[in-house]
Amino acid sequence: MNDVAAKSQGQASLPTWPDEVYQTLKDAGVRQVGIVPDAGHSRLIRAFEADPETRVVTLTTEEEGVAMLAGAWLGGERGVLLLQSSGVGNCINMLSLPVICHMPLLMIVTMRGDWGEFNPWQIPMGQGTKAALESIGVIVTRADEPHLVASTVQGAANMAFNTWRPTAVLIGQRVLGAKNFKELARK
Amino acid sequence: MNNPNALLHRRDVVNELLRARSELLVIAGLGAPNWDISAAGDSPNNFPLWGAMGAASMIGLGLALAQPKRRVLVITGDGEMLMSIGSLATIAVEAPANLTIAVLDNERYGETGMQKTHTAAGVDLAGIAAASGIRTSRIVRTQAEVTEIRDLAHEGRGPVFAQIKINPEALGFVMPPVDGSILTTRFRQAVLGDDSLYN
Repeated sequence: MNDVAAKSQGQASLPTWPDEVYQTLKDAGVRQVGIVPDAGHSRLIRAFEADPETRVVTLTTEEEGVAMLAGAWLGGERGVLLLQSSGVGNCINMLSLPVICHMPLLMIVTMRGDWGEFNPWQIPMGQGTKAALESIGVIVTRADEPHLVASTVQGAANMAFNTWRPTAVLIGQRVLGAKNFKELARK
Repeated sequence: MNNPNALLHRRDVVNELLRARSELLVIAGLGAPNWDISAAGDSPNNFPLWGAMGAASMIGLGLALAQPKRRVLVITGDGEMLMSIGSLATIAVEAPANLTIAVLDNERYGETGMQKTHTAAGVDLAGIAAASGIRTSRIVRTQAEVTEIRDLAHEGRGPVFAQIKINPEALGFVMPPVDGSILTTRFRQAVLGDDSLYN
C-alpha cells in the first residue's frame, strides 16, 4: 500500500519532457513506433499507445525495429525506435541496413550503466553505447538535462529525416533517475 | 527423410510465386533468394538484401503496415529466418493482412559451404509460425501447393507463412543492383512516386 501511494505521488511530480518528446515526434511525422520497453520510455509509450495515428509495435529484440523502420521508410512512413542502452548492442549488424541504404532511422535510447548506476551488469553496454553506435555509422547526440531532451530529439529527427541517415539520442540516467535496488529491497 | 529427387527447385518455386506479379512488392533475404528473385526478373518493386541477415521478415512488416493497400511478399532462406525467429511472434501479434512470408528451405547455409541449418534436424518453422499465431502457416512440398501460396500472397488474408522444402542445389548468381541507395531510391520511387525524391 505504501508503495502504491509513493508511486502515485511520484507520478504527480514526473517531469514533462516525455510529453514534449511526443509532440516533437508527432511534428516530425512519426507513424510507426518500435519498442522494447524501458521504464524511462513508459510515459512516451503510453502517449503513442493512446494515439490512433501511431502504430506501436512491441519487438522481441531491438534489431527487429531497425529492420521494421527500414520497411516503413520503403513504404513512405517515418518511425522511431525506443530502446534501452543494453539493446543498442543487439542492433549493430542490422544498422548496416540504414547506413548502406541511406535511410533515415531515429533511435531514442534511455541510458543504463551511466550516472548513478548500481547494477554492475549494466556497465559494459552502457559505457559502450556511444562508441558502438558511432562505430557502425550512427550520428549520436546526448541529453543530460530534462529541459534539453525535446530539442535534442528534434535535432536528431531533423538530421535523420532531412539527411537520410541513422541518428540516435542518448537520454542520460541523470535525466531518468537511477534505480537503487538495495533501497527498493528495504522498502 | 526427404527424397532429394522429389524436392522442388528453388527457381521454379520463385517463378511461380512471382507469376503475373503485377503490383506485388517483394523483399528478398540475402544470398540465394536475392539471386532467385532477380533471375525471375529484376524490378523496382523488388528490394533484395545483400546483408543485414535477419532483416527480411521485419522489413516486410514495416512495409506492409506502411502500405496496407499493397501486397507484400518476403522470400527468404531458412538460415535467415532462423536468425530472426522471434519476428514471427511480432508479426503474428501485428497480424498484417497483406503480408506473406515464403521461406525457401533447403536445410542449408547455402552461401557458406552448405552447412546444415536447424531445419535439417527437423526444426519446424511452419509449426513455430503457427504456434506464434500465424494461422495460415504451411509446409509446402509440391508445385501445386506453391501455387496456393502464390494465390494467398496475391489475394488471400494474411499474414501467411510458408516453409517451402527445396532442393539444396547451388545455382548461378543473377545479381540485381548492389548499391543500397539505388535499391532504396528506385523502390520508393516505384511505390511512392517522384515526390519521394524530394525532402
